Amino acid sequence: MAIPETKEAWAAAINRLTIGATTAQGGTRKSTVTVGGAKCVPGLAFDGDLGEPPAVAVEVWDVPADDWPEELAGQYGAALNKPGDWAKKAVEFGADMICLRLMGVHPDGGDRSAEQAAATVKEVLAAVGVPLIVWGCGVAEKDNKVLPSCTSAARGENCLFGTITEKNYRTLVAACLADGHKLIGESPLDINMAKQVNILAQDAGYPLSDLVLYPNSAALGYGYEYVISILERGHLAALNGDQLLRQPVLCNVGAEAWRTKEARAADEEVPGLGTAARRGPLWEALTATGLMPAGADILVMRHPGAIALVKQGIKTFMRAG
Amino acid sequence: MYIIGERINGMFADVKQAIVDKDPAVIKELARKQLAAGADALDVNVGPASADAEGSLMWLVETIRQVTAAPLAIDTAKWSVMSKVVPQVPGEVIINSSKADADTLQKYLGLAMEKSAGLVALTIDRQGVPSDVDKRVELGAGILAAAAEAGLPMNRLFIDAIILPVNVAPAQPRAVLEAMRQLQAFSDPAPHFVLGLSNVSQNCKQRPLINRTYLAMAIAYGLDSAILDPMDSDLVDMGITAELLIGKTIYCDSFLTAERQRKQVAIN
Repeated sequence: MAIPETKEAWAAAINRLTIGATTAQGGTRKSTVTVGGAKCVPGLAFDGDLGEPPAVAVEVWDVPADDWPEELAGQYGAALNKPGDWAKKAVEFGADMICLRLMGVHPDGGDRSAEQAAATVKEVLAAVGVPLIVWGCGVAEKDNKVLPSCTSAARGENCLFGTITEKNYRTLVAACLADGHKLIGESPLDINMAKQVNILAQDAGYPLSDLVLYPNSAALGYGYEYVISILERGHLAALNGDQLLRQPVLCNVGAEAWRTKEARAADEEVPGLGTAARRGPLWEALTATGLMPAGADILVMRHPGAIALVKQGIKTFMRAG
Repeated sequence: MYIIGERINGMFADVKQAIVDKDPAVIKELARKQLAAGADALDVNVGPASADAEGSLMWLVETIRQVTAAPLAIDTAKWSVMSKVVPQVPGEVIINSSKADADTLQKYLGLAMEKSAGLVALTIDRQGVPSDVDKRVELGAGILAAAAEAGLPMNRLFIDAIILPVNVAPAQPRAVLEAMRQLQAFSDPAPHFVLGLSNVSQNCKQRPLINRTYLAMAIAYGLDSAILDPMDSDLVDMGITAELLIGKTIYCDSFLTAERQRKQVAIN
């Protein structure tokens, strides 16, 4: 008996989107990153084009990360004191992109000014040749003061800026439109709201094709299955033609994984779970790896050991099928 | 929902007059308005009274093509007209429609394959409109088999289970729903299911209410396309909402706007 044809033909593809601009494209980047483009469920290459491989962005902060456990902080050492040096380290570790998090502009975290933030953006741009993600502190009023200075400081570099939310999007949409940057739409693990943020951005004149979805993430063991189900649902809806979910998806892997007890705890606190040097990076790497078959396109990471494992995993994953 | 706008039809007085006067403005405006309101394709029908059906149809087609490249559903019951007009239509075409007798269907499927067109096939044969579910399903299954044999992809086949006015045929609306439900099991992927929606309320009072209610019910039974007046925005909203409630689309607060924006097409 013949084996029946089980190939799925999908109506639509994930948007393909490029971050970064080379000299020829009006920026100063040595490389750019293109994500998205999948025309099938991740990994099922027999159904269609897998699109671009997931990209690894590595986190750099504008202020020293004082709450990182020793296993993680030790990887970067003194570089944590200087965003440019930190970014160079991240590139050495394999970063396709830098994800610059402006933790220091938070009113409770240093309250750095717009000028200081813009100077940090410039410092990182000057230090490395990879594209840049710039991420505000999450306090709407402060981000609206700071981020326009950053979009302007990075004009022409085609960065990815975040985040806009249902409650706060107009300022950053206008700034990114004016300075030619891509945008991250954030939603709280809620597919309805993910769509709503996108449509609000579109109504404000921002093209859906320049948006990245950030539906929030969780670490392995901490609501992870729910994140996976949200990503899968969004990916399937996108392939079925929902243009408000066709954006590439960003997952904040490092920040979530390194919040967990399993990654952070000292060896004597969790006997039987192995050494911190192995446990932490593995927790981060596995968190990232499980998100790939669910449709993650950009993985924001921290630990060099995890980055190396995941970059190897991406190669294997993209050969799947 | 794949909406085929019904307004460019000689049964409507404004269109009939425009055909007589060869007045393109009326037709272009109807094309623009229907597309702006959410039509995916436009039905084109010269109406029963036209003396030169072929010439008038081509005039309508050429007039509409000055406004849009959207698919045109060429709507005539006469094979002599259909077979001449369809090959001349620039751009995407839906043939509207064929009956389900084997020989008739063969001709229309041939034309659809030749022109890479869509095809609306009615569950109706020489005996007329079936009075029950079973006959509809039988004819629908025959259509599916013939289309598969001819190589017509299911996304270009529209099965029309024929709705009759509820005031003269009270059992029919329900029979149509049940037939669509059963026919979905015959093919994976399924074809489109379409209805000439306003027929359900012909000569009734409360026509818009009947149309809207039946649209929502039919969507629950598998209808994914309808020939209707897209300028009835309450009707289109009803369709969008019904598709949301059966889980075909995912809710967001702006779900009506989202679905309408999805459809935005280039209109000159």
